[in-house]
Amino acid sequence: MSAFLALVRRDLALAFRIGGGGLLSLGFFLLAALLIPLGVGPEGQALARIAAGVVWVCALLACLLSLDRLFQADLEDGSLDQLALGPLPMEAIVLAKAAAHWISTGLPLTLAAPAIGVMLNLDPQAFGPLLLALLIGTPALSLVGAVGAGLTAGVRRGGLLLSVLVLPLYVPTLIFGAQAADRAATGLDPTPALAFLGAVTALAAGVAPFAAAAALRVNLR
Amino acid sequence: MAALPEGPGPANDSPMSIWPKSIWDVANPARFMRLSGALLPWVSAAAALALGGGLVWGFFFTPDDYQQGSTVKIIYIHVPAATLAINVYAFMGIMSLIWLIRRHHVSALAAKAAAPIGAGMTLAAIVTGALWGQPMWGTWWAWDPRLTAFLIMLFFYAGYIALWAAIEDPDAAADLTAVLCLVGSVFAIVSRYAVIFWAQGLHQGASLSMDRETNVADVFWRPLVLSLAGFFLLFLALLLLRTRTEIRLRRARAIRLAAGEGAEPPGEAA
Repeated sequence: MSAFLALVRRDLALAFRIGGGGLLSLGFFLLAALLIPLGVGPEGQALARIAAGVVWVCALLACLLSLDRLFQADLEDGSLDQLALGPLPMEAIVLAKAAAHWISTGLPLTLAAPAIGVMLNLDPQAFGPLLLALLIGTPALSLVGAVGAGLTAGVRRGGLLLSVLVLPLYVPTLIFGAQAADRAATGLDPTPALAFLGAVTALAAGVAPFAAAAALRVNLR
Repeated sequence: MAALPEGPGPANDSPMSIWPKSIWDVANPARFMRLSGALLPWVSAAAALALGGGLVWGFFFTPDDYQQGSTVKIIYIHVPAATLAINVYAFMGIMSLIWLIRRHHVSALAAKAAAPIGAGMTLAAIVTGALWGQPMWGTWWAWDPRLTAFLIMLFFYAGYIALWAAIEDPDAAADLTAVLCLVGSVFAIVSRYAVIFWAQGLHQGASLSMDRETNVADVFWRPLVLSLAGFFLLFLALLLLRTRTEIRLRRARAIRLAAGEGAEPPGEAA
């Protein structure tokens, strides 16, 4: 466990110190979401209708930004070989790095989402479910993203390929996440959407570490 | 590296051994080449017969539907293409599993060979559906669960093909695409139910079924079944042909690597 936490701490330190760009994805998230009204128009009703979807789509895109270096930097400088020789199994390495990725992208996104909600005129009833949905759903984005990052770790300029691989896998999280807020805004019970969202995250937590670890072992061969 | 066995395989002594004793015999590339070479002309001819027969029968010798008019005839392409789009992905998943477990190169190459066929079938189903939807639903495209699920499946195929193309080492590419295919099939099923949760459908439910009475009148159903058989045979013929090509590319690469003593000319990864 201490090795696991040490790896999480190392990745967070790398993300937040100079050159890591830890909060850049948060900046991208805010910027992208606030560009939407410029494209759609300033009418409050139209913005309220799309607010939850905009938050979720921008969250997906912001998550993708930092994924391509999740394993690639460590693969290139040999740190991943060192980690593979260490006490942690590869699955735990994936889980630790996905956790660090979530703390540096998913969590800040979730905390910033209410501000976006206010500016996009989100229905007051939907704030709670949207926040809860982001909290439940964004770990799945980091976990599934880790699979894509593992698959493309050996590909130079793999960022674009990573997006093509990972975005279709984000579909269930996007749908259930946005539906939770949407249902609350229209007066429906958001619980079913939140429950399904939790199920998708649980599935991702069960599948992703093994798939990403298998991909990393191939890349280390 | 992809060192495929060259020349005849171990069980090659008798001239009658084209037919495998077990399905795993086909994993030997030499045996696969002999069997597929013998089968290919027959499968191709059967595909041409069934497909030509089904389509001509369906297009010219069935009546127009009393509501849909002649647009009903799109089903002879649309339904088989959509059926194959799903089944080809399932086939790729099985081949990926076999590759990961038993390391048979032929199964990895069969999965690789099947992907563009599946993507083509998915695209054919979407395009024919749009052509039919315009006069019948009044729109080329609707965000209906089935249509959306097919669009997502097209993205899955695209990602799978792109990953094969991006990785130079053939064994690493086979491993990584197999992992992607398996993860993708899990999430494809989840996506299928997510889109049902997300939108009301415009598309009709399943009309053909193995265990229930079918909802299609006999006069349309008989040519449709023939056309379905034709599409499956067409897939089999294309699959055999493309897998044979992939095996030959691998062999050419192995020969080139052996001749160059391991030095690979840049930009010529198999």
